[in-house]
Amino acid sequence: MLLMRLLELIKLIDGEVLTEDVEMDSEVDGGCGADLMSDVLASVQPGAILLTGLCNPQVVRTAQMADVTAIVFVRGKQPPEETIALANQEGVPLISTPYGMFEACGRLYQAGLPSSEMPMSEKP
Amino acid sequence: MKSGKTRRERVITDEVAGYITRVEELSYEVKVQDVMTRDVKVATPDMRMVEVLELFREFRISGAPVASKGELVGIISIEDLIRALRGGDMAAPVSEYMSSSVITVKAFHPVVEALKVFTQTRVGRLPVVDEFGKLVGIITKGDITRGLLRALQSTYQEEELRRYRASHLFDDIVSDRTSLILRYTVKARDFVRGGRASSSIKRALLRLGAHPQIARRCGIAVYEAEMNLIIHTTNGGTIRVEIEPHQIYMEAVDDGPGIENVDLAMQPGYSTAPEEIRELGFGAGMGLRNIQRCVDELSLESTPGVGTRLKMHIYLSEGREQLRERGDEIKSMTRQEMKQRSSRDDSSGDH
Ligand SMILES: Nc1ncnc2c1ncn2[C@@H]1O[C@H](COP(=O)(O)OP(=O)(O)OP(=O)(O)O)[C@@H](O)[C@H]1O
Ligand SMILES: [Mg+2]
Repeated sequence: MLLMRLLELIKLIDGEVLTEDVEMDSEVDGGCGADLMSDVLASVQPGAILLTGLCNPQVVRTAQMADVTAIVFVRGKQPPEETIALANQEGVPLISTPYGMFEACGRLYQAGLPSSEMPMSEKP
Repeated sequence: MKSGKTRRERVITDEVAGYITRVEELSYEVKVQDVMTRDVKVATPDMRMVEVLELFREFRISGAPVASKGELVGIISIEDLIRALRGGDMAAPVSEYMSSSVITVKAFHPVVEALKVFTQTRVGRLPVVDEFGKLVGIITKGDITRGLLRALQSTYQEEELRRYRASHLFDDIVSDRTSLILRYTVKARDFVRGGRASSSIKRALLRLGAHPQIARRCGIAVYEAEMNLIIHTTNGGTIRVEIEPHQIYMEAVDDGPGIENVDLAMQPGYSTAPEEIRELGFGAGMGLRNIQRCVDELSLESTPGVGTRLKMHIYLSEGREQLRERGDEIKSMTRQEMKQRSSRDDSSGDH
């Protein structure tokens, strides 16, 4: 499998980094797109990036529980201050992309980033 | 399991990545004076090149600063020596072959400054001066590498020690049954702090040396339970986690409103969450289902008007596989059986 690092991923989606001290060298194992927290927790494998339209601080907590590498906010969404503050505190990188969910996921998938969404039959 | 394998590989990657950044950090923390060689072999401008050859040979060095009356005036290296040798000019004084524009580093600067000079200039060694410009040492890339490795080794050992202490907490305490209990109060509608309990629990488990996958399963289960307390209860509730060497027991308790139909609530997709909650990304009706997937044993007891008690077990000992099977058995029970079981539990007087 092709290895993708956060830096390349950000370039692919014209991303903007919203948090401090982001390890651009972190490996991304796969991607997951979801707007429902329980969906994320149910399906995402560790080491994935999460693409979402939700911007509240809960996204950060959810990502943390699911061992998500970074969160990408689609459609140029800017999360509120609390979300950024919590992400900085917990060390979860936040990225914003101008692309919508479909295009952002499509760009990454096309570049070789596999899906990290596991079937419901598998245990987390 | 697929995710289990990915996880293990990742842990290593994370650790390795962690040490790489640690090296970077250290290059800012460690000072030039901590790693430099203090016993500097110095040449003088009027020394003959043949004497320099002897100096290099005797001390197995490949360069030396040139000082005159304590004043740094140049630097002489093996390359200069070779030039003199080639020209058969070994009787010439050092001042003819040395380079007199000397780049120095300050003793009190972090080693990253020296590293920058090394990458920019390709010089092999740098004389180190104090705040008055007096020569106090010499530094090479090798000194830096050795110094950083030493520093890394000691911070690594500290971290290992801390981790070791935490993970042997249970071994060090002798009792018939040792357990660690964590309690959290969760307020209703407190979305800002939502997830605080689960995130602390996950961290505690990792510190105690739990396998990352166990920490993940506990984290997800407690998080879903915590969010249910925030979203669905009247007065919030409490989360209690009891960690024992062989199992982790988690419990979320509240005093209302209770669940009318527990079977229905357990069904994936069933949710009573209102629109404004859905807008926050909750209310898929997948929470309880997620918990069930993460734990070995789950029991949901609820009495409308009284409250709800969610009990979750994760087993850790060798007997784990066996217990897991038992858990699966429970999960595959028919709704009817579940109902019987939960009514049996209800009447057992917990509520
Ligand atoms: N502690 C509780 N008190 C009262 N009702 C509860 C409690 N926990 C769960 N429920 C009920 O059970 C339903 C299903 O819960 P579950 O966690 O599976 O889904 P959800 O919370 O609605 O959505 P999601 O968890 O996917 O965000 C809830 O909608 C709610 O009606
Ligand atoms: Mg829920």
